[in-house]
Amino acid sequence: MKAVMTVAAALWVAPALAGWEPTKPVEIVVAAGAGGASDQMARMMQAAIQKNNLMKQPMVVSLKGGASGAEALMYMKSSEGDPNKVLLAYSLIYMLPLSAKIPFNWRELTPVSVIALDQFVLWDNSAGPKTVKEFVDAAKAASSPFKMGGTGSKREDHVLTVFLEQKTGAKFSYLPYKSGGEAATQLVGNHTESNVNNPSENLEVWRAGQVRPLCVFDKERISYTAKVTDTQSWADIPTCKEEGVDVQYLMLRAMFLPGKVTPEQRAFYVELFHKVTQTAEYKDYMEKQALKPIFLTGKDMVQFLEEDDATNKSLMTEAGFVAK
Amino acid sequence: MEAFGLLLHGFAVLLTWKTLMLMMVGLVLGIFVGVLPGLGGPNGVAILLPLTFTMDPTSAIVMLSCIYWGALFGGAITSILFNIPGEAWSVATTFDGYPMAQQGRAAEALTAAFTSSFIGSLVAVLLITFLAPMISSFALKFGPPEFFAVYLLTFCSFVGLGREAKHKTVISMSLGLLLAGIGMDTVSGQLRMTFGSSELLRGINFLVAVIGLFGISEILLTMEERLALRGHAASISLRVVLGVWKDLPRYWVTLLRSSIIGCWLGITPGGAIAASFMGYNLAKRFAKDPESFGKGRIEGVFAPETAAHASGTSALLPMLALGIPGSGTAAILLGGLMVWGLNPGPLLFVEHKDFVWGLIASMYLGNVVGLVLVLTTVPIFASILRVPFAAVAPMIVVSCAIGAYAIQNAMFDIWLMLGFGIVGYVFKKIGIPLAPFTLALVLGNRAEDAFRLSMIGSGGDLKVFWSNGLVGSITTLAIVLLFWPAIGGLLARIGWTKATKSAGGKNIS
Repeated sequence: MKAVMTVAAALWVAPALAGWEPTKPVEIVVAAGAGGASDQMARMMQAAIQKNNLMKQPMVVSLKGGASGAEALMYMKSSEGDPNKVLLAYSLIYMLPLSAKIPFNWRELTPVSVIALDQFVLWDNSAGPKTVKEFVDAAKAASSPFKMGGTGSKREDHVLTVFLEQKTGAKFSYLPYKSGGEAATQLVGNHTESNVNNPSENLEVWRAGQVRPLCVFDKERISYTAKVTDTQSWADIPTCKEEGVDVQYLMLRAMFLPGKVTPEQRAFYVELFHKVTQTAEYKDYMEKQALKPIFLTGKDMVQFLEEDDATNKSLMTEAGFVAK
Repeated sequence: MEAFGLLLHGFAVLLTWKTLMLMMVGLVLGIFVGVLPGLGGPNGVAILLPLTFTMDPTSAIVMLSCIYWGALFGGAITSILFNIPGEAWSVATTFDGYPMAQQGRAAEALTAAFTSSFIGSLVAVLLITFLAPMISSFALKFGPPEFFAVYLLTFCSFVGLGREAKHKTVISMSLGLLLAGIGMDTVSGQLRMTFGSSELLRGINFLVAVIGLFGISEILLTMEERLALRGHAASISLRVVLGVWKDLPRYWVTLLRSSIIGCWLGITPGGAIAASFMGYNLAKRFAKDPESFGKGRIEGVFAPETAAHASGTSALLPMLALGIPGSGTAAILLGGLMVWGLNPGPLLFVEHKDFVWGLIASMYLGNVVGLVLVLTTVPIFASILRVPFAAVAPMIVVSCAIGAYAIQNAMFDIWLMLGFGIVGYVFKKIGIPLAPFTLALVLGNRAEDAFRLSMIGSGGDLKVFWSNGLVGSITTLAIVLLFWPAIGGLLARIGWTKATKSAGGKNIS
């Protein structure tokens, strides 16, 4: 009986043997603290993989948000050849090495797939100006500069603030908070005049009518048309370009393995995350957080990363954020 | 009253066998992780979070929050028995709890700790139940200057009210502030004092420091002095418990004061650690005989425990209502909420009544059940003292090492913990207090960020700390507390009140 079962088990496993599979729990490395957008996304993937049985081994979320995420980058760099760790990366992979001279280069890791693009929106308090134009005029007329809340220094939010200043001529004092959530409540509490949070970070306070989206920093409007508040959907927010401020920025959300893993190992994860993007959990999450769906892998991904890297580099240089 | 009806509804959601079972499981696990030094509430919750993905949100949060309550209760146990805080927020509990255990009053101290924990949580839950909307709008009033004022108040109350020599407190605090600066500076986006080491990138985790400073150093001291635990097995009976409870009403002022401090610091995130220290210091300040603190006074257990629990419990409110976690555990629960498909924020209370009121009801029930559970197990914990030191000490060291490692999964942290153990040993020998060091390590970064953000916002004008009634009164209070010994002395000279009897030079030992 036992022999029969072993044979049956062997037969059943046989097709899987063709490829590589993790043999111990897989770590999703998050380059941010608990509760932030990256953490939420990692937990969504953990739940999607677990609920849909996409992988035999369990997946654990490992938070490495120290030093604004540099901890996660160094951790991945030092895990060369370990196929049980995947990094959920975002634009910090380009920016941190430039601004803080972290000895890290994303080319040393193994790109798996780009799984989403995140938007940035200009928000103000719902008691504040109603349009971009009114907002810019008010900022210019103010006796002390408008306060712009954001996450971290010399990063996405800060870069956007600098470009907003260049394009509009208004001056802002940039206040780097520890998280987007904090930037959101500080705006609600009127301690800042505006922020450039990702949709997910301001979603709840928007639904509660406490903040107002002024414009989205993309070429086109967000595609989701379901009503988020009583009157507005994500698609109702104009682009900043429509409102006369031509600033665009999208942030990648991508998966990386450490360097020096085998092509089979990489293939397993490409397949896994492709399956994740097909789950209801993922689709639901994308819509709720107003993320832009995308799935890139292989050469397309590398080309995307190279171009994105160049864009980020030129933005950082122009903003004067590159450490000498 | 609307809240009352909703609360009853919450209890109805809660009272099923399945939920009650999960509650017990959560509490027992929580007490367990709370007892082990280093393995705290955040670890317990993080480890069990994935298990809850397939549960319905209410059962899941009930179980996870019960781990949290359990850890809050459990943290006091090793503080009292071994002078090793099980959790960072029970550091202040060691000041009087451990001397009590040495005098053979371990059971009394444990009962006092558990009871006051319960009272602290109860006050916080009542506040959440009836004043949630008001409190969330209070929390919104806090911008960078207000936050800085709160941190300043905590630091100043330590220098002004601490029992140790002022210069030693300041030395200890400055060292803590220095170490807090290691790692990434959020305001400038630059690395500081990492010397090219990638281990130092993430900075020094205060939990690692606490485990080393208090846990390892205590083991070293005990080894030097005698190879035996200094506590005595106490006789535990219902009589001891009832005895402590009978005396409770006498300490109502302390309990109330600590509850208020705790709730306030939980909501504005100052944290349970700051709350427990502040509760202790203020209790001592307002006592008629401050000299008796630190020598096994029951009030010295009541004050920090009440404050820590009030703070730990109320920290859940900003998480639910604003999406801003007031503590490490709250931050992990926040991640859980998202997975269960709930979005913390102003609308959670409106859209997910079952969940919110189920959770609030579970806070009442979880604390009552938790109290009964820990009280009935007091004999078991107290009997640990009868185990030979040679058997317990290695277990404590191993538990400390696991705890230090688990915080960030870093081997480096174990070495750091051992280093801090030696530092703690030396500090204890030369009489430098450890508490200000810990506090500075916890709040140093946040205080610095808040100060610099205030300065960016005001264009470098210090008047921002007196720019409105709220921030102005906190800042003024902080400065008064800092110079309290001098002010007290001055008042005494012009012949004012008995409160000054102990102030001034006298408490500089």
